[in-house]
Amino acid sequence: MVPPSRLRTLDIFRVGASGLLTRKLRASLSALGIAIGIASLVGVLGLSESSKSDLLDQISDLGTNLLQVTPGGGFGAGDAALPEESIGRMSRVGTVGEISFVSNVDANVYRNDYIPSGQTGGIAVFGSDEQLLDTLNGEIAHGKFLSDAALEYPAAVLGSVTAERLGIRDLTGNPRVLINDTWVEVIGILEPFALAPDLDRAAIIGHQAAIDYFDAEGNPATVYLRVDEEWIDETRNILPATADPETPEEVEVTRPSDLLEAQSAARSQFANLFLGLGAVALLVGGIGIANVMVIGVLERRGEIGLRRSIGATRSHIITQFLTEALVLSVAGGVAGVLIGVGVTAGYSATQGWRVIIPDLALWGGLGAAIAIGALAGIYPALRAARLSPTEALRYE
Amino acid sequence: MTVVGTPPGSHPSKPPALELRSVSKVYPGIPPVTALDSVDLTVAPGEIVAVVGPSGCGKSTMLHMMGTLDRASSGTILVDGLDTSNLSEKRLAAIRGRKIGFVFQRFFLLSGTTALDNVAGGLLYQGVTLSERRERASVALDRVGLGHRKRHVPSKMSGGERQRVAIARALVHEPSLILADEPTGNLDSKSSAAIVELLRRLHDEGSTIIVVTHNDEMADGLQRKVRLLDGQVQSDERRVA
Repeated sequence: MVPPSRLRTLDIFRVGASGLLTRKLRASLSALGIAIGIASLVGVLGLSESSKSDLLDQISDLGTNLLQVTPGGGFGAGDAALPEESIGRMSRVGTVGEISFVSNVDANVYRNDYIPSGQTGGIAVFGSDEQLLDTLNGEIAHGKFLSDAALEYPAAVLGSVTAERLGIRDLTGNPRVLINDTWVEVIGILEPFALAPDLDRAAIIGHQAAIDYFDAEGNPATVYLRVDEEWIDETRNILPATADPETPEEVEVTRPSDLLEAQSAARSQFANLFLGLGAVALLVGGIGIANVMVIGVLERRGEIGLRRSIGATRSHIITQFLTEALVLSVAGGVAGVLIGVGVTAGYSATQGWRVIIPDLALWGGLGAAIAIGALAGIYPALRAARLSPTEALRYE
Repeated sequence: MTVVGTPPGSHPSKPPALELRSVSKVYPGIPPVTALDSVDLTVAPGEIVAVVGPSGCGKSTMLHMMGTLDRASSGTILVDGLDTSNLSEKRLAAIRGRKIGFVFQRFFLLSGTTALDNVAGGLLYQGVTLSERRERASVALDRVGLGHRKRHVPSKMSGGERQRVAIARALVHEPSLILADEPTGNLDSKSSAAIVELLRRLHDEGSTIIVVTHNDEMADGLQRKVRLLDGQVQSDERRVA
């Protein structure tokens, strides 16, 4: 009995690779097609994730459990404010944690008394309490926030934009600002608030001081509250009636993180379009490989015949051509992933984004390359194997 | 016409290297073409045989039958005593790989591959490690007188050298039978003579060789000459050494 033909595992790869190495240019061009397709997929996924990194970081830093209660824009609502007692009522809801508010103060802020009264710089004045910073996860850039004592005396904390407009970079020299006709000491400057950008363009003073010095009514204009993550929707539903039992329909409850998430989703939508283009590039790359393989089989009929004459079975021939297609596509895939990651990292660096390469892009890219190689290789491989040895040997 | 008796120089204890028993090959068509018509031929181990005849006489078909590259329409072919008639494709591939060495008119060398690795390729489908393949290929190249050209690629070699590489590949696995199909068909007369000389020397060293050729002169130099005509054996002559 003659022992059956056998191709060692290592030789499978040697045979597949040698077929490609003798046709380097053609092999690298067809691998390039796959590389471009995979690179665009990885790049699009990587760039869209990285471009969202700032938003995602903000969302995770700030939490998604902040709700904001405002007197709504109901018909005829005008300059409505929430009832003063609404704070107390809302804070007694079991799922509500930290709570704070701002009240409107009808006043303008000036750097000094030489500024004409018309040039207000669009800076608002809000009264608030000492809980505001914690409730909003805000951060102090310089100085300190309103403390118990400061609530009653005219002292101001400036939002980031306000400080910039007034030209106050830090607290050296104990800067003061003029609010209406009263000189007020600046005790702190804030970092930007991600979830409450209104406050960046405001000067915040103590709630009681606002009433005492600037004739404010003191009704909450916006209430900020942190809610138990698991009961957000339920809490959201009962808040209007809690805040204003008489006219709950005029109370609006919003979730500031929704805005960030909507922004992030909008960027994803955009990425989907490019993902589609990347998929088309990949398909074209796959067709390129199939094309090269079909031509290769036609050109190499002599080689196929010879291999059959030195003992190769049909399955050895299939294995050989399938291996070639897979080596091509995997090489293209790996190159594509590297290019995609490189592009993402490079562009993110220029934009100051954190580099995020989703696993889906990495493994999906390689997986797609392997799948395409197998698909592109199977038909030419079967054709090669179907050739009878005598037929194959007739050509060169 | 059947050869009777034991040819000189053969080993009576061993089975014939090749035996065709009333082998016919009919290619279907209208009308069907009978390329081989009930051919009988026995080649003993150690023989060198030329199969000659004009174009279209069935030489190529006979070579394909002898090499199990194609199946006969009827009749039996035994390679080294093994009946190949009912074997699967897989088994036939194994017989080709282990028992037969092929030499083709057009060499069929892999262009980007060195002489050594081309010859080593003859052992590729026998599960032999690369280092052993190369070792044996090196010995085979020495045998055909190309010991100094092992690292050369075919494109840097003359036609005669290429054919010698192909012959080394055909004998690297020590086959029972070497089948050469017009081995000098692509060569000038000087190279041809060298190839014939090489085949004769390999025969002297014990190889069993069948050369299919239309070159009568070359056939006359060999020990036994089988003439085909219209798919039948017309004559089978042995030269007295």
